[in-house]
Amino acid sequence: MRRAARGAALALGILASGLAGAQAPQDLRRGYDAAARAEAPGFTGFSAQRGEAFFQSTHGADWSCSTCHTRDPLEPGKHTVTGKNILPLAPAANPARFRDTAKVEKWFKRNCSDVLRRDCTALEKGDVLTYLMSLGK
Amino acid sequence: MRHHVARTILIAAVFGAGALAASGAARADRESFAVNNPTYQSECGTCHVAYPPALLPARSWQAILGGLDRHFGTDASLDGKSLAEIRTFLEKNAGRDRTGSAAPALRITETAWFKREHREVAASTWSSPKVKRASNCAACHKGAEQGDFDEDSITIPR
Repeated sequence: MRRAARGAALALGILASGLAGAQAPQDLRRGYDAAARAEAPGFTGFSAQRGEAFFQSTHGADWSCSTCHTRDPLEPGKHTVTGKNILPLAPAANPARFRDTAKVEKWFKRNCSDVLRRDCTALEKGDVLTYLMSLGK
Repeated sequence: MRHHVARTILIAAVFGAGALAASGAARADRESFAVNNPTYQSECGTCHVAYPPALLPARSWQAILGGLDRHFGTDASLDGKSLAEIRTFLEKNAGRDRTGSAAPALRITETAWFKREHREVAASTWSSPKVKRASNCAACHKGAEQGDFDEDSITIPR
């Protein structure tokens, strides 16, 4: 458990340094790539398919990412509790997405806690981002 | 001739001032609750509508900000800088406290004011699929996200 925590801390450090001044989703993904390598040396790259499965899964609890962001992230979503409109998550439908490191990390922290009751790993974040970037092309 | 013109202008001015005063009083009903703080809008207006600060007293806002990690079932914790800015904004724009020594209301929908304003809304409307709950302002107040709660902008979904 302690080794995992140290790995996560190292990954976060690499992520933070790599992502300073990120401009585009590709830059963010590069940062997660570096962090994922640090997390697990057997890392072989991100997968949109794995990202989609992760996105749609409730991971044994009540919510999935798609619960609020919908099964088609090109479409607007809706907060499942409050009913609040959520702009589309896929960059192809919403060019403002995944351009601000701090904002992206903040929402991953909150929403992974809501859905999974833990932080998402850099691998999971990179997979999800890869999936979202593959939509609408 | 000049005397008549002057009197006409004077009468028109008096009427005009009266009309202005009347419209000012109507605006004082506060149908516009526009939230003009971008930090509050982005940090507190993403998962739900950015509730107008005037709808709760400062004591209520303090209680909510003091428990953001347990915010109605989710962790809504903020960084220190955002928290400080939002705290100042809410304290400055909070509504009057009419609750005396009672525990501060944590939900606008629990306040006497809200219940009075919405006394004509049937319980079945609150729980209908398109509304779901009373805190979902935008379901009926189509301009809620812009702070427009004018009675003319209401459409109750069927």
